[in-house]
Amino acid sequence: MSASVRGRVWIFGDDVDTDAMAPWNTISSPWEERRAAILRARPEFVTRVQPGDLIVAGRNFGCGSSREHAPENLKLLGLGGVLAESFGRIYFRNCVAIAFPNLACPGIHAACADGDDVEFDVRTGLARNHTRGVELAAPPWTPDMVEILAQGGLLEVLRRRIEAARAGASR
Amino acid sequence: MPVPMTMAEKILARASGRARAGAGEYVTARADKVMAHEAFVLCALKLLQLGIERVFDPERVIVILDHYFPAPTERMAQGHKLARELVEKFGIRHFLGHAGICHQVLTERGLVLPGELVFGTDSHSTTYGAVGAAGNGIGITEMTWVLATGELWLRVPPTIRFELEGALPAGLMSKDVVLHLAGRFGTEVAQYRAIEFGGPVANALSLASRMTMANMGIELGAKFAFFAADTATCAYLASRARVEVKPFGPDADASYEAVHRADVSALEPQIACPHSPGNVKPVSAVAGTPVHQAFLGSCTNARLEDLAVAAEILRGRQVHPRTRLIVTPASHAVMLEATRRGYVETLLEAGAHVTASGCGACPGGHNGVVGAGETCLSTTNRNFRGRMGSADALVYLGSPASVAAAAVAGEIVDPRTLWTGAVPVLDADARSAA
Repeated sequence: MSASVRGRVWIFGDDVDTDAMAPWNTISSPWEERRAAILRARPEFVTRVQPGDLIVAGRNFGCGSSREHAPENLKLLGLGGVLAESFGRIYFRNCVAIAFPNLACPGIHAACADGDDVEFDVRTGLARNHTRGVELAAPPWTPDMVEILAQGGLLEVLRRRIEAARAGASR
Repeated sequence: MPVPMTMAEKILARASGRARAGAGEYVTARADKVMAHEAFVLCALKLLQLGIERVFDPERVIVILDHYFPAPTERMAQGHKLARELVEKFGIRHFLGHAGICHQVLTERGLVLPGELVFGTDSHSTTYGAVGAAGNGIGITEMTWVLATGELWLRVPPTIRFELEGALPAGLMSKDVVLHLAGRFGTEVAQYRAIEFGGPVANALSLASRMTMANMGIELGAKFAFFAADTATCAYLASRARVEVKPFGPDADASYEAVHRADVSALEPQIACPHSPGNVKPVSAVAGTPVHQAFLGSCTNARLEDLAVAAEILRGRQVHPRTRLIVTPASHAVMLEATRRGYVETLLEAGAHVTASGCGACPGGHNGVVGAGETCLSTTNRNFRGRMGSADALVYLGSPASVAAAAVAGEIVDPRTLWTGAVPVLDADARSAA
C-alpha cells in the first residue's frame, strides 16, 4: 500500500460513528447489502463514490464500536483514505491494521469542500488541497505504522514473520 | 527514587517488561487475558488461513457467545456452531458458552484481576477498569495478531483524572454521573487517553456501579477507564478467582494530564438525547417525551442492583399501555439471583418482558429493535442514529431508575417522583450461577 493517496473529496461532519459505516444488522450480510448500508446520512455517497475518492471529515470520525467492518467497508468501497480532524481511536487502530490510510489533520475540514482534489501522505503528515492551493502539516504515522501499511496490513506482517520462521527452522 | 506512575503506566510497564513506561512512549505489551465474543470465529478462521493452529496461550483466552444469543437467524446459529467447533479445535480453556454479556461474566467469575492487561473484541472492554484492569477494545485483525503472538503495540496513554466530589443524591445512580461527565466534558475528553475515576463518590460506589462508569469510558474516548481496586473489590474477586488478590491503584504522586473535579451533590438525573451520548440534559428538560420502548439491558446497566432498583420502582405498579418494557439481564447469574429475590416476578407482574441474557437490543440485533418514528429510553451506552434499529427512531439514554420510571409513566419522567432511595450494594450476592 502506498503511504500517499490523492483523490476527489466527499465531506462528512463530526462524530460519524462506526454504526453509520457498518450497521450491526448488515455486518454479516453479503457485500451488496453491506455496501448499500454505508453512511446513509448522505444517500448519494454509496451510489456515486468512485475508486480512489477520499473522505474529509470533522472530529471523532469512527467513534463507537470496535467492529472492523467500519473501515473495511470504506476500504472495500475503493476509498483511497480518510482525512479527519480527529478519530475514534479503535477505528484508527483498525485502519492501521488493515492498511487503510487515515490521517488526523487538524484544520482539514474547513480547508476542503465536496469534489476538491486533495492529496495526503501518512509518512510525512502533509495534506494538500490542490483545488484551493492549501497545504496543512499534521503529525505523521510512526515508522512502525508506516511499515505495517507498506506490508499490506498486520496479517501480512504476521504471514511474513511465520514464513521467515519456517524458512529459518528448515535451514 | 522510582518515578511515580499512573495505573496505565504501571500496567504497561509491567506488561512490556520495563521498570517504567511514560505517557507517549510506544511499548509492546503482553496480554494477561484475551476475550473474544462471536468475533472469535473470524479471528480463528484468519489464523487457520495463516497455517496457525494454536493460540499463544489457551489458558489466557476466554471465548463467550453473547452478541447474537439466542441465535436470531439461521446464519447466526451456524456461526455459533462454528464458534464451538473452533473453540474445541484451538483448545480454548475458558469457553463461557452463553452465560451472559462478556464483561459482566468475566468480572463475576473473577477472570480479570487488578493490574492485568486485557484485550477484548469489544469496545466496552474498558469495563474491566472497574476492577483496576487495563481493558482495551480491539478489532479482529489486531485480535488475530494477539491470539497468535500474545502481545500488541500500544502507546502509553496520558491519564486524566475525574475527582468525583460530594455525595450521590437519592434517586441517582452512577449512570447519571457518567452521563453528566459526557455532557459536560464531551465525548472526546479522553480520546487517546486513560481515565482514572477517584474521589469520595467513586470510592463509595459498588463494583457494579463502577462497571457502569468504566464501561462508558469508551464513550468519553478512553483507551482505559480505571477505578483503583480497593479491599472490597479484591475480596469480591478473591472469592470467585480463588486466588489472592491485592489492591491496585496509581502511585501517590503520579502525573496527570488533567484533573477534572465534579461535585455531584446537586445533580439531577441525566438523560442523553439523540443522537450522541454527549448530548446530555437534566431530566427536567426532556420530561414528558413519550416513550414507546423502555429498555433495561446491556453491559452498561443490567446488573443485580439495577434490577433491584427497577423492581422497587415497578412494585405494585403497571407498565404504561403506550410503553413496552424489555429487561435483558447482564448475565444468566444475574437473572437467577434476581429470580430468587423476587425481582423478576415483580417485573413480570408489572408487565415487563424479561429476555435471556445477551447484548440483544443494544446494538440493534434482536430482542427489542426499534422502528421508524419510535422513541426508546434505554440503559445502554450509545444512542447513535440507527444504533438500535431504524435510523428514524429516537434513542435516549438514562439510568435504570429513569427507564423503570418512564415505563410506568409512558414518558420520560424524573425517577425521583417514584423512587428516592439509594442504590443497594449487592455485589457479593450476585453469585455466579456456574
